[in-house]
Amino acid sequence: MIDTLVVDLSRWQFAATALYHFLFVPLTLGISFMIAAMETVYVTTGKTIYRDMTQFWGKLFLINFALGVATGLTMEFEFGTNWSFYSSFVGDIFGAPLAIEGLMAFFMESTFIGMMIFGWKRLSKGQHLLVTYLVAIGSNLSALWILVANGFMQDPQGAAFNPVTMRMELTDFGALIFSHDAQAKFVHTSIAGYVTAAVFVAGVSAWYMLRNRHLEIARRSFRMAALFGVLSTAGVITLGDALGFVGAHAQPTKLAAMEAMWQTEEAPAPFNIVAWPSQNEQRNVWSIQVPYVLTPLLTHTLTKVVPGVDQLEASAVERIKNGIPAVEALKALSKNPNDAAAMAQFRAHEKDLGYGFLVTRYAPDQDVSKATEADIARAAKDTIPQVSAIFWTFRIMVGLGLLMLAYFVYAAMLTISGKLEAPQNRWFLKLAPWMIPVPFIACEMGWLVAEIGRQPWTVFGVLPTWMSASSHSVGYMIFSLVGFVSLYSIFIAVEMYLMVKAIKQGPEEHGTPSTPASHKPQPSFGGGFAPNPAAPMSAHKE
Amino acid sequence: MDLYLILQVLWWALLGVLFVGLGTMVGMDMGVGTLLRFIGKTDLERRVMLNAIGPHWDGNQVWFILGGGAIFAAFPLIYATSFSGLYVVILLLLWSMIVRPLGFEYRSKIASPAWRNAWDWTLLLSGALPMIIFGAAMGNMLMGVPFQFEWNLRSVYTGSFIFLFNPFSVLAGLLSLSLSIYMGGVMMMGRAPAPISGRARTAASYAALAAIVLFAVLGVWVSMVNGYKIVSFPGAGVPQTPLQQTVELVPGGWLANYKSYPILWVIPLLGFAGLLLGWLSVRGNKHTLAWWLGALSWIGVIGTIGVAMFPFLMPSSSNPSQSLTLWNAISSETTLLWMTGWTVVFVPIIFWYTSWAFYVMRGKVDPKEVEADPHAY
Repeated sequence: MIDTLVVDLSRWQFAATALYHFLFVPLTLGISFMIAAMETVYVTTGKTIYRDMTQFWGKLFLINFALGVATGLTMEFEFGTNWSFYSSFVGDIFGAPLAIEGLMAFFMESTFIGMMIFGWKRLSKGQHLLVTYLVAIGSNLSALWILVANGFMQDPQGAAFNPVTMRMELTDFGALIFSHDAQAKFVHTSIAGYVTAAVFVAGVSAWYMLRNRHLEIARRSFRMAALFGVLSTAGVITLGDALGFVGAHAQPTKLAAMEAMWQTEEAPAPFNIVAWPSQNEQRNVWSIQVPYVLTPLLTHTLTKVVPGVDQLEASAVERIKNGIPAVEALKALSKNPNDAAAMAQFRAHEKDLGYGFLVTRYAPDQDVSKATEADIARAAKDTIPQVSAIFWTFRIMVGLGLLMLAYFVYAAMLTISGKLEAPQNRWFLKLAPWMIPVPFIACEMGWLVAEIGRQPWTVFGVLPTWMSASSHSVGYMIFSLVGFVSLYSIFIAVEMYLMVKAIKQGPEEHGTPSTPASHKPQPSFGGGFAPNPAAPMSAHKE
Repeated sequence: MDLYLILQVLWWALLGVLFVGLGTMVGMDMGVGTLLRFIGKTDLERRVMLNAIGPHWDGNQVWFILGGGAIFAAFPLIYATSFSGLYVVILLLLWSMIVRPLGFEYRSKIASPAWRNAWDWTLLLSGALPMIIFGAAMGNMLMGVPFQFEWNLRSVYTGSFIFLFNPFSVLAGLLSLSLSIYMGGVMMMGRAPAPISGRARTAASYAALAAIVLFAVLGVWVSMVNGYKIVSFPGAGVPQTPLQQTVELVPGGWLANYKSYPILWVIPLLGFAGLLLGWLSVRGNKHTLAWWLGALSWIGVIGTIGVAMFPFLMPSSSNPSQSLTLWNAISSETTLLWMTGWTVVFVPIIFWYTSWAFYVMRGKVDPKEVEADPHAY
């Protein structure tokens, strides 16, 4: 029996290191494509200012990328170090996308990033552009494979438990990679990365504009970010809806928690805009509801019933009872793999094996055959994740998404109409740098919804979280937690310092005319790609 | 022959390829890191060294990441048992690996000598420590690791952390360190200008001699310890768990495969020949040849261990019958088949673009260019 404190500490460690890693990933995913777009303009028009832009944002990209790589290593290791039972139980399936990520995506990204940094003089323009695109494609492919792996945890497809080897095994590779959850989550997450990069580039550019520095680069970057941002925010919201739709089928408990739906109601059910859920009382202390909206929102119909917590818990009780004989049969098979009776019993109950595991934790002596009704009820209660945490993280994510949509629509209007730097819009330029944390928070919230919502499972319906951890001592866990916290604190301090330093230093400009005019405050500009009398584009040509 | 059996043996061989890739490519960068402060006397010299491996270290490091992923996918029980069992050591390995990207990327961003010295030492430590740990881990596999399984295949580690640093394993760690110093030194002979290249040559030639001695000592030692032998098991290429076999300890048992098939002695000889000829080519300033001979000696060293242990991968010293072997720790046929497909397609592509990257960056690094280039490390 593993200490529950060890499991909790393992969860905290994983959450902390994953959330930390996920601070760097979205920006990498998005900014790599923005850089590629800038370099494309450089190569097609030959204007050196776009090379300066590419190199400047490339420098910030690299500072960020280094930490993405470093903290990503931790993630790969942690499955084995802290979640060893999980690793051996589903490694046959979960390991494959990780290995393919290395082969197909990470090798490509990492090899070409070296060429991207060091190849400016040794590669032709076209070759360098190709290399930049390969880095962007590589990092996005990397996300694809990681989310295929995660998709398996959310909605296990293409695998079956093999009682002979006592673990889950891959049965259908196609079903694994084309899992709806994986695909919906990949597009939602990668596009969230583009939003993050757009907000970042827009924010830093606005900061320069406020200070009348690097105006040529700042205007062009801002315009590109604004257009990139409008498209990607719209995409992220649409695809988030699709993900919710897919999730509704795969994980009804997560969905019930997201909507704080304690009781199953007749369709069309009302939607809780805000609520104060109480886990103990299994109800919302108060809520503001819109009638009829939930059902069409989640099922895209008016008649399908969305199950609430009460119904889900009742069905969990049934599944646990059905799963207990599966666990008992498995124990017999572990002693004697040729026990035909045990095999028949296992086959009859195998679809609820995971639910049988769920009650092991509460059964006397960990023996499921001794589980009482009360033990089963406790285990069934566990199948409902923390409702208020999920309800609120979900709403914060959606709220910030809508905020960013409004921000980008307005930004695009300002930059296209050329009124971005007009005095009456200075508030907007001042706002933009403050927007930088917003997409990062939204991404972290998204991770929390997905992962807290999956509890109490590491693999939904198949393997409980508390079983998945390694059998360690509390001392080991404290050692590693202290190690990670100390290292990561140093990392974030160094990273922020270098980022701020690089931003303050600004881009190296080779193609911009340094006319005194561009350093004086000027009332109004048409920025970006539009011809601009204050800074003629022809001046940038090589 | 049965497809599953073929796939199993293929993945046993691919595990070897992975370790050789790790040793040659990551080992080379690690060696440069270890030598950073010894053959780079000034800040500029150190920057030249870092910029010589600068375009490649990131790609090379993927061998390490791929190693983790491939063991996870192809040998999940090995991944789970070794990573959790060797917890403290694995974390030390991890922490020393994760500071490397920052060392490369951040070191030269600020001119302060204190800042740069701190990152130099970080790079040195994160070069030497992982190589020692890799080697020590291999050494521990030969000696057996104290772990066993519960009924549901949950692994439980029963030893202490200090145990992993037994004398045999420490020597194995030093062997892997000296091989990495050799590869790094040879790389610097080719890519760094004088006087760095001269110092690199000295380092590489000492490292080759040290590796020869260590490889020989470890070989004699292994022939005298207990090896593991399968007495009964469900059979090769049959789905099974480690709970279904019987294993016994046999003095000198790690030589059994060599005794049955004397032709296999070629593999350890390859290790010695590679190192000896490598040493000669370093003396003769033939650095490219010396690099390839280094790769050959990695093949010899990894191959020697693999052949000695076959079919064992991670023997258990606390319950030998629950030892992990190629037959009971490997993935299902479906997974192996798909993974083989991806490997066959992507490995040649990887070799192709990695060679292209080395070709583009060929020649010696010019210190003047490093000083002038804002993109340099």
